[in-house]
Amino acid sequence: MARITAGVASSHVPAIGVAVDLGKTQDEYWTPLFRGYEFTKQWIAEEKPDVVLLVYNDHASAFGLDMIPTFAIGCGENFKPADEGWGARPVPEIQGCPDLAWHIMQSVIQDDFDLTVVNEMDVDHGLTVPLSLMFGQPEAWPCKVIPLAVNVVVYPPPSGQRCYNLGKALRRAVDSFDEDFNVQIWGTGGMSHQLQGPRAGLINKKWDKEFFDRLVNEPDELATMPHIDYLREAGSEGVELVMWLVMRGALNRDVKELHRFYHVPASNTAVGHLILENNL
Amino acid sequence: MALDKPYADIPGTTIFDADQARMGYHLNQFCMSLMKVECRERFKSDERVYLDVWPMTEDQRQAVLDRDYNRMIELGGNVYFLAKIFLSDGQSFEQAAAAMTGVTREEYRKMMLSGGRSPEGNRYKREQ
Repeated sequence: MARITAGVASSHVPAIGVAVDLGKTQDEYWTPLFRGYEFTKQWIAEEKPDVVLLVYNDHASAFGLDMIPTFAIGCGENFKPADEGWGARPVPEIQGCPDLAWHIMQSVIQDDFDLTVVNEMDVDHGLTVPLSLMFGQPEAWPCKVIPLAVNVVVYPPPSGQRCYNLGKALRRAVDSFDEDFNVQIWGTGGMSHQLQGPRAGLINKKWDKEFFDRLVNEPDELATMPHIDYLREAGSEGVELVMWLVMRGALNRDVKELHRFYHVPASNTAVGHLILENNL
Repeated sequence: MALDKPYADIPGTTIFDADQARMGYHLNQFCMSLMKVECRERFKSDERVYLDVWPMTEDQRQAVLDRDYNRMIELGGNVYFLAKIFLSDGQSFEQAAAAMTGVTREEYRKMMLSGGRSPEGNRYKREQ
């Protein structure tokens, strides 16, 4: 049987991808950030997940305003890195996992979550930057990836509660898949940041720290937090953090926190990273 | 009944909600077109001519020509769409954010390196 063994949370700042691609990870500005992922690289090399269910948001790359799915699952065989306006990132193509993705789709829709199925799409930095952070620069990504895109660009994103409940439905779906897959779920985006208007550059360390703590210890309560709190306290783009709740919902109530990392800044953003082990 | 917008009192912030998305539809779709190399080239060769292809308002076109990102946001632009403009200009999110906050890139970077903009005094318009 397939099982979700761990959850990973990570920011997905585009500038991190640029730093990797241009060989700047050892620059003074970037060293502290990449150091925070050293533990993770070793850990994940030992864990060897077969599939990563990667919760991320598209940033007007695959989805413009012509289609705005709230939740979309990538069921295709593979996905190319998107050209976001300066050429595609020089990273390997993403291998999908259609068997499990279609299984999840059928299970989750019958569990009241009306996912949009996407077979053809390019994936942007929201998906590829976390892969670079966890795996570095391999010739090919060492696992299959199921993209799960959440709209957080056009307001309103799904509520924290809805995201958390989707995580629970994803868990039931994975648990009912017959093949013996080691599955991880990653929630990406955040932490506090605002990219627009005169308030750009907002960072709220105290709030971010509380978010970490509550995500680990009281996710049921955290899930009820309304959007306005994210927007006011963590910035207009900080609302991406609802995606971490999808990840958390797919794990047990009690988890083991293996690793936590927080760093300001990466470009405009507070970078947060967490590994939670599912005590199976 | 009008939509409830509890975020309207956050200073220096425009939430890309239904009203903004509707107002900015063509502006943002123009931005999306810049993901294609041939469209970027057409835009670069004559910005005015390429902008006229899109059924935007004249104010929106002028804001693009002026690279006035705060104005574009006011007129329905969203930063992830507008990014296609500044990225094709060879600018980063950091440079664009600096411009939107009215400081130089160096000043902005310094603010971020010292922990970013504090939420204190920046949560409600009435605090400003």
